[in-house]
Amino acid sequence: MMLLEIKNLHASVEGKPILKGMSLTLSAGEIHAIMGPNGAGKSTLAKVLAGDSTYEVESGEVLLDGVDILPLPPEERAWLGLFMGFQYPIEIPGVTNLQFLQTAYNAKCKSQGHPVISDEQFTLRLAEKMALLEMKEEFKTRHVNEGFSGGEKKRNEILQMAILEPKLTILDETDSGLDIDAMRTVAGGVNKLMRPDSALLLITHYQRLLDYIHPHFVHVVIDGTIVESGGADLALKLEKQGYDWL
Amino acid sequence: MTAEELFQTEYKYGFTTDIESVSIPKGLNEETIRIISSKKNEPSFLLAFRLKAYHRFLQMKEPNWANLGYPPIDYQNICYYSEPKKKQELKSLKEVDPEILKTFEKLGIPLDEQKRLANVAVDVVFDSVSIGTTFQKKLKEAGVVLCSFSEAIQHYPELLEKYLGSVVPIGDNFFATLNSAVFSDGSFVYIPKGVRSPMELSTYFRINDKTTGQFERTLIIAEEDSYVSYLEGCTAPAFDNNQLHAAVVELVAHDRAEIKYATVQNWYAGNPTTGLGGIFNFVTKRGRCAGYRSKIAWTQVEAGAAITWKYPSCLLQGDESVGEFYSVALTNGKMQADTGTKMIHLGKNTKSTIISKGISADFSHNTYRGLVKIAPRATNARNYTQCDSMLVGNQCSANTFPYIEVGNHSSQVEHEASTSKMNETQIFYLQSRGISREDAINMIVNGFCKKVIQELPLEFAVEAQKLLTLKLENSVG
Repeated sequence: MMLLEIKNLHASVEGKPILKGMSLTLSAGEIHAIMGPNGAGKSTLAKVLAGDSTYEVESGEVLLDGVDILPLPPEERAWLGLFMGFQYPIEIPGVTNLQFLQTAYNAKCKSQGHPVISDEQFTLRLAEKMALLEMKEEFKTRHVNEGFSGGEKKRNEILQMAILEPKLTILDETDSGLDIDAMRTVAGGVNKLMRPDSALLLITHYQRLLDYIHPHFVHVVIDGTIVESGGADLALKLEKQGYDWL
Repeated sequence: MTAEELFQTEYKYGFTTDIESVSIPKGLNEETIRIISSKKNEPSFLLAFRLKAYHRFLQMKEPNWANLGYPPIDYQNICYYSEPKKKQELKSLKEVDPEILKTFEKLGIPLDEQKRLANVAVDVVFDSVSIGTTFQKKLKEAGVVLCSFSEAIQHYPELLEKYLGSVVPIGDNFFATLNSAVFSDGSFVYIPKGVRSPMELSTYFRINDKTTGQFERTLIIAEEDSYVSYLEGCTAPAFDNNQLHAAVVELVAHDRAEIKYATVQNWYAGNPTTGLGGIFNFVTKRGRCAGYRSKIAWTQVEAGAAITWKYPSCLLQGDESVGEFYSVALTNGKMQADTGTKMIHLGKNTKSTIISKGISADFSHNTYRGLVKIAPRATNARNYTQCDSMLVGNQCSANTFPYIEVGNHSSQVEHEASTSKMNETQIFYLQSRGISREDAINMIVNGFCKKVIQELPLEFAVEAQKLLTLKLENSVG
């Protein structure tokens, strides 16, 4: 079975159509990159998949492990193993990263009927994941994304991914705002977190992230649909020639 | 679901208790005051206190400087005293009218011997009178007095004569003066020298009657080296008319004494769409740090009432005395709140902290109004103020009016303020991590209010958090 099947998805915002018949399938173990010019609908796709209610789904189907997720609220999609790394992570003042991550982790455990792990066990787990991403201890007690630099915010997104161990990860422009060192750490973290039963959908503007996370497939989105699909070399071609030839 | 049903689920304390009560005729005149005084079997100094207040009141005008809009209050159309009919002296709480006991059971304040809140002594005030106080024996052993104001009048008249009006003078302001004339019941707390109260003390106020105003009076005296933590809670039935609540609270802390005073106010706020009904909450609360190194801390969670006008304040008289104010004011529907504090530094090396968190949702108006005043002789005084507002939606408003007067050069005043918006993006972010919508709102609100909630006694912190979430659930998105 496919891990993710997007079938002829149409979505709009405030009456304006953005996704116009998007179809895509991902199998476990695969990394797909979605590229395309500004305003093509790449980020909209990510948000619609995660369940952002600002977007209206007009028609189509999205199956995650065979389950139609479109009727589900965002939290239930997360429980099924979907994770979206935000392009602009949100600040939650007064809430520590630890509290946030533990609440999210516990919610996932509960949804799967597993017992919640102890505070000590969680702290250990968190320390291990933070080490993986070379994050300092202080990120545990700092408030969620508050006063974080752009790079710290992105790293914090990957930390959430590490804690929640999703089946399908969608990273929305995770490379934007990152310097080369930060990108290397973040990409390295993502690579380490991939498992044979998980898949990754990378949304990116630039080829450079793909130097660190190697996609099996590259898709080009223009005006709300996929107009071209290919292997990793397609990204290189886009880098050289832009989108005009499509 | 009709709007009516919706608001019923929102305000679960909106029920009325069917109980026979005796009310005096509506209206305010000298006769009203004499009746109240004689019903309470008061000594002559108290009647004189009331009458003096009444005559002052006649010359006063209702203040209009607050950022509040409401129809004029007809003070002659209010009943100033109502009590449950069963009047004979109660020997124990078992003799309280079962209907009233049921009411408090429903409110989550069981008075039943077995089901009492652990380690919290409760005095309950139903309309104009106190119904009873729990844990009397345990308190007595410690020497702590927690009783209704009526009982205090009979048993501690000399303390009342000494302290009543000593913090909030008779002519202090319009509503306090009205209260001084017609106050009916309330709580009295006395902590003797060197005593730490062995338990949390608490009063629960319930307005039941449709046309009765509630005018309670609370007086807490903490002698040298004593400590007390006190909490009040308030609810009222949902009526389509407005009811007036004009209370006065006076606190006195002597040398090295500490008083913590917490309020969880959840009066009926009126219909959220039409704005009909709800309590007009005009309250004067003031503490006097009379002694050296004395400390008074106000913590309030104001989540109800159609109108809130309230500025719990500290007079820092004693050298090195400390005043604190922690406040969460939440308004939704058509609620209006104008609340804050006054920190008046008179003694040397006095310190005050103000943490105010305003949350406004729907069509509500939420105003912080505060004064930090440092007298010339209050050298080396310090104040830290943090004032944050959170807006939910686009139709509400938040205002901040901080007044600062510093009378010397050795003092330091710090003020921080911020305004933020709780939005769907924040909720979506948390939801996308597997946190339910309800828990997400809870997390955002409690993150915002954390510094205040953590000042509440543990037993009430969780309740207060739930209350805030419940109130906001329908306002977000």
